[in-house]
Amino acid sequence: MSFQPCAVVGVGQTHHKSRRKDVSFGGLVREAALRALDDAQLTWRDIDAVVLGKAPDLFEGVMKPELYLTDALGAVGKPMFRVHTAGSVGGTTGIVAAHHVQAGVHRRVLAVAFEKQSEGNAQFALGSGRGASLGAGGAFAPFVRAYIKRSGAPEHIGWKVAVKDRKNALKNEYAHLQLPDISIEKVKASPMMWEPIRYLESCPSSDGACAVVFTDEDGGKAAASDGRPPAWVLGTAVRSEPGNFPGRDAVRPQGAIDAAWDVYGQAGITDPRRQIDVAELYVPFSWYEPIWLEGHDIAPVGEGWRMVDRGETELTGSFPVNPSGGVLSSNPIGASGLLRFAEAANQVRGRAGEHQVDGARVALAQAYGANSQYFAMWVVASSLQPFN
Amino acid sequence: MAADDRIAIVGWAQTPMVRHTEQSETQLLLQVITDALDSCGLTRRDVDFTCLGSCDYISGQPFSFVVNLDAIGAWPPKRDSHVEMDGAWALYEAWLRLHHGDIDIAVVTGSGRSSTADPAQIYPMEMDPFFLAPLGADPVTFAALQARALLDAGRVTERQMAEVAARSRRDARHNPNAQVCGDDDVETLLRDDYVRAPLRKHDLPPITDGACAVVLATARRARSLVERPVWISGIDHRAEIHNPALRDLTDSPSTRIAAAAAGVGRGEIEVAELHAAFSHEELLLRDVLGLADGVAVNPSGGALAANPIMATGLVRISDAADQIAHRGRHRTLAHATSGPCLQQNLVCVLEGE
Repeated sequence: MSFQPCAVVGVGQTHHKSRRKDVSFGGLVREAALRALDDAQLTWRDIDAVVLGKAPDLFEGVMKPELYLTDALGAVGKPMFRVHTAGSVGGTTGIVAAHHVQAGVHRRVLAVAFEKQSEGNAQFALGSGRGASLGAGGAFAPFVRAYIKRSGAPEHIGWKVAVKDRKNALKNEYAHLQLPDISIEKVKASPMMWEPIRYLESCPSSDGACAVVFTDEDGGKAAASDGRPPAWVLGTAVRSEPGNFPGRDAVRPQGAIDAAWDVYGQAGITDPRRQIDVAELYVPFSWYEPIWLEGHDIAPVGEGWRMVDRGETELTGSFPVNPSGGVLSSNPIGASGLLRFAEAANQVRGRAGEHQVDGARVALAQAYGANSQYFAMWVVASSLQPFN
Repeated sequence: MAADDRIAIVGWAQTPMVRHTEQSETQLLLQVITDALDSCGLTRRDVDFTCLGSCDYISGQPFSFVVNLDAIGAWPPKRDSHVEMDGAWALYEAWLRLHHGDIDIAVVTGSGRSSTADPAQIYPMEMDPFFLAPLGADPVTFAALQARALLDAGRVTERQMAEVAARSRRDARHNPNAQVCGDDDVETLLRDDYVRAPLRKHDLPPITDGACAVVLATARRARSLVERPVWISGIDHRAEIHNPALRDLTDSPSTRIAAAAAGVGRGEIEVAELHAAFSHEELLLRDVLGLADGVAVNPSGGALAANPIMATGLVRISDAADQIAHRGRHRTLAHATSGPCLQQNLVCVLEGE
């Protein structure tokens, strides 16, 4: 047993909404899992292990829900695993599931990530239960202000990202926010939440789930022979760093840089801007698009906002970011990271429907969590050797 | 010849297991990670991957594990993960990760301070929220139902349960980390009132604050670190149907499947550390695992002597490793569990050369 190739052969997700009152959370995860299994042309019986990921259980008020969900996810008699790495958890879920296969221990693994946060008080939970909590936007706003000051970026950059992602979401039937009349003016006129972040520059609070089916090399090749080319996992990387110490750069965290170059190295990428065709990055507040473009060395420091300004990150641009609409359009917190990974996989499988980036062969996905402390990234491609 | 791709346990440490500590979970982890690394001559700088097991609801705060990054000393940033499961499952994740062959040293932890809340309030929250949680039945109640099933089926007796408790407490006297120890007479124990029939106080685990850290290494590093690496020759975990009412509580099929997959039957087991928080669970698990009469079970005192929930399973693994590294054994077994009435079980087989 040593490092084995791993393929994504099935992707599924729910229709993300403020409140999915029509399903229990067992029903919610099954909706995504069944779509992923159908996509993979597999059944529950074919799955060897299940990896579940979600953010704090306080969002729903059910502790260790993998116990309750064992039945719903066909995991009786199988290994059932639950990861929890704050906002990056969806990404970590995909990575840990991939590792189950790459270690040569399991052959077909189902990864599921979800949040049914309408069941609880999301802002209370995000503030770690402390009174007068800032909420996530309150915690990130100072980092955004610092980025703007450092880079000299003009104020409209955040609005531009907010419009782009919601327009992309109109091409994604699963996206929560469907705002056909979104515009710069509307974003600019929306209430200020945490200077400079306005309401329409912020993610929604969503109920939703995402599921991904991973197989070994044989499974990937079988899918390919059947006319369903998989997404091959070229690299995975995670990094964590402490939140608060002298010398820490919360705007351009070392963990973001290290995770990126780790995953680029595994994937054979030396020039991310040129070699990656599309990226799904965790952007819960609009300014995080230029922040992560720089944080992962896709754009030079101080230049990420220029990529946005020049329209390069549009769906039809030279480096599309979040063609799915991203976290700005759907944010079931525990699932959002896996949604990034799954959308990246769908791009290189040619399965992204209306928001497909033409000719996408190599895709990057990233999720982050806590105070920009946890990073989970992967690179997927339409072949195991896309640069040869 | 194929490269040796085995993973070994090369170090570990436990905090003293106590009813209540004023130390925070992060402080417990800070100490136990240092001690575990010291035990095999490593520092935090040498650690390639960390995986922590802990539970927000026990800590009483969402995202409670984030501050534990300080205990890891995650600087420069570390490859790191967290499971909302007992540290035994954190060990499983690290075991998988080390198979990649690109890194060599991992530290896994389990930690929890159960003293800060009432288990009767917390544990119903891990039950089916529609049909079981509203019953308000706590884990002692569910355990009592399983004990009753075993008694009615003639699989255990109350005397045998008391004997497990008495033996565990006696053995715990030799374990400096154990919380509950003593020299109890079985007859005296049996005269005690029920807490939740048919369970008496001695059949129940204590409430414990504690943490455990274990250091894993790939084969290419293990031998240079310690004289006697403890090889993980097999490890597997399985889950069952959640609702205890839908299961045969006189059996533990997930334990059986995990044990077979972990290769328990491939050789003689000398010592078994079983995560049995209730006395009847030890008797059931022993039977399901097919342990011969001569096998020493829970010489540490087991979970009846200390139950640092989220670390109890990892402690079993470290105690089973200790038997090989320092007490002359060659093949031991460790078990961890999660969920009501042994819903989910992990089995780990350890070997020394």
